[in-house]
Amino acid sequence: MNELPQQLANGLILGAMYGLIAIGYTMVYGIIQLINFAHGEIFMIGGFGALTVYLGLPSGLSLIAAIPLMIAGGVIAAVAISMAAERFAYRPLRTAPRLAPLITAIGLSLALQQAVWMWYPNATKDRSFPQFEGEAFEVFGANIQRGDLFVLVVAPLCMIALGLFVSKTRAGRGMQATSQDPDTAKLMGINTDRIIVMAFAIGAAFAAVAAVAYGLKNGQIGFRMGFIMGLKAFTAAVLGGIGNIYGAMLGGVVLGVAESLATGYMSEVPGMELFGGGAWKDVWAFALLILVLLIRPQGLLGERVADRA
Amino acid sequence: MRHRSLLILTAVLTTGALTLTACGSREDDKKSSGGGETQTVVIGVDAPLTGDLSALGLGIKNSADLAAKTANKEKTVPGIKFEIQPLDDQAQPSVGQQNAQKFIGNKDLLGVVGPLNSGVSQSMQKPLNDASLTQVSPANTGTELTQGNDWKTGDKKRPYKTYFRTATTDAIQGAFAANYLFKTAKIKDVYLIDDQKPYGAGLAASFKTTFTGLGGKIVGADHINPDDRDFNSIVTKIKGSKAKAVYYGGEYPAGAPLSQQLKDSVKIPLMGGDGMYSADFIELNKKAQGDIATSVGKPVEELESAKKFIADYKTAGYKDAYEAYGGGTYDATWAIIEAVKAVVAENDGKLPEDARAKVLDAMSKVQFEGVTGPVSFDEYGDTTNTMMTAYQVDGGKWVSKFSEAVK
Repeated sequence: MNELPQQLANGLILGAMYGLIAIGYTMVYGIIQLINFAHGEIFMIGGFGALTVYLGLPSGLSLIAAIPLMIAGGVIAAVAISMAAERFAYRPLRTAPRLAPLITAIGLSLALQQAVWMWYPNATKDRSFPQFEGEAFEVFGANIQRGDLFVLVVAPLCMIALGLFVSKTRAGRGMQATSQDPDTAKLMGINTDRIIVMAFAIGAAFAAVAAVAYGLKNGQIGFRMGFIMGLKAFTAAVLGGIGNIYGAMLGGVVLGVAESLATGYMSEVPGMELFGGGAWKDVWAFALLILVLLIRPQGLLGERVADRA
Repeated sequence: MRHRSLLILTAVLTTGALTLTACGSREDDKKSSGGGETQTVVIGVDAPLTGDLSALGLGIKNSADLAAKTANKEKTVPGIKFEIQPLDDQAQPSVGQQNAQKFIGNKDLLGVVGPLNSGVSQSMQKPLNDASLTQVSPANTGTELTQGNDWKTGDKKRPYKTYFRTATTDAIQGAFAANYLFKTAKIKDVYLIDDQKPYGAGLAASFKTTFTGLGGKIVGADHINPDDRDFNSIVTKIKGSKAKAVYYGGEYPAGAPLSQQLKDSVKIPLMGGDGMYSADFIELNKKAQGDIATSVGKPVEELESAKKFIADYKTAGYKDAYEAYGGGTYDATWAIIEAVKAVVAENDGKLPEDARAKVLDAMSKVQFEGVTGPVSFDEYGDTTNTMMTAYQVDGGKWVSKFSEAVK
């Protein structure tokens, strides 16, 4: 059997998830040039928010019916925490040197992990997450699991919605203006504080959707899941050109597919037997990042400054 | 203004910290001088009490606690009261080493039970050895811990005289797994995966040696990162390799999603060692049916000698199950209690000055009927009980299939 379609599908699914999380990094960076390292934990909190809703629902309810409510729960939790973080941790430091909010973000990330670990029931170990039952669908020689279908449907929808929002609505145009020149934007009557909160909130909402996808796919969530996923998503954002929303999604997909292909094929390249497989996939993903940045320091879609938001 | 308030804050914090330290040392003084008629012996327990592996770790803590309480109730050692000091190692070698220092610092502490992970043990062995503090692990299966790094070439050398264990080695576990898969389950083509940790890699290596020796074929091999949860790319490779089973050297947090993603695309079982043999593996994995795991000893539920342990554990009302290592932990703790008993009996019913060294001497002679069977240690500190059992998931439970003492 030819494995290539399957490996591409694996990479695409993983990459779509990275991309959804990467939106949060890229939007916040685009507007206030802050690398929000706590974003991985916002993703994790989205997952626990969704799980909480699921556990609170009557047990007879089908998963399809529960998913919108779970997304809502995850989004509310993630957005609330993210907005609180912006208000109480980042806003007081807005005029401080760049390093101060960066370190704050790292501290916040650890604090959020510990908070979930301590206060969420039984979160000291992985919690099981609901999953779809049933067989996989076969598309072009690749098996797509029912749970994976979710991210493949939702990720493009989210991207289209975000694209329309940024280019067509008043708030979206305000966002673009703020990212280009916050001071002038303020003079033009744009409430930049509101725009910044909005960027945090949208990023958190996307992360929560990604967390539901993660749970449905892997059947479990845990307090540490945000670390690796956040790091990968950040990489995806840089790869695609940080500050560009389409770049984030593209970077995610490129990263996911690269990881998948590295796992699948690197060991078959002559002389590379030792450097293939699951253990080395992250090394190859980052090697790719360095390569792209050497050739295009601004990332894949980095030059489209006008689309920043 | 700002500077002044900062100064005041610093001053207040420093004073607070000093006061706290003072309190701490006073408390310590009281404890060690509170000898009198009954002397207290503390047994340290090191296990992951939080994190992914906490299910196993809490079972270890509770079982050690039960052994200490039982000894106190039955007055096993007259004039001695046993206490346990549980410390959380978070399954991390660096934390384990800090815990070892804490154990060494506690003067009443005469033995350590634990840890769960072979990797953590590697960082604890040396400090404990330097302090002549006896350590008995109920769960470490890494062969090099007792037989040195060159055990594979037959050059066995015990690295630390203070280290004992009631669990058998990965050399034996891997061989048992290979035998079971090849002879009983009749599977000849296996894909091999490990998580690059000392436990997982060691187990996978010893499985491979025996399995290929029997004539089985390793159709592919790969390594994973234990923090990953997406293994679809590897699963796709496994599907292409036509393997009939996957042997996984690692633990259940990554094993559960690996098994599930495997079943999503090929219907072949995942087999692992005692690190996979946990109820959490099934809870986190809705497609565990048919998966196989080996574990040390016989299932305590099937042992006549364990009936009392199970009943006592239930009566004590612990919140968490005793899990895979409950019986072994009870025996490990009891071995220390027996050693203390021998030392005290020799010294007119009191603890001698150099109690740690004496307890260590007594350990090699310890012999008793434990929960998991007869307990004693060989010249390497390994248990003489090499009983192994293969389990298979059936209807949402681990069901024991086959037990054998490996020679």
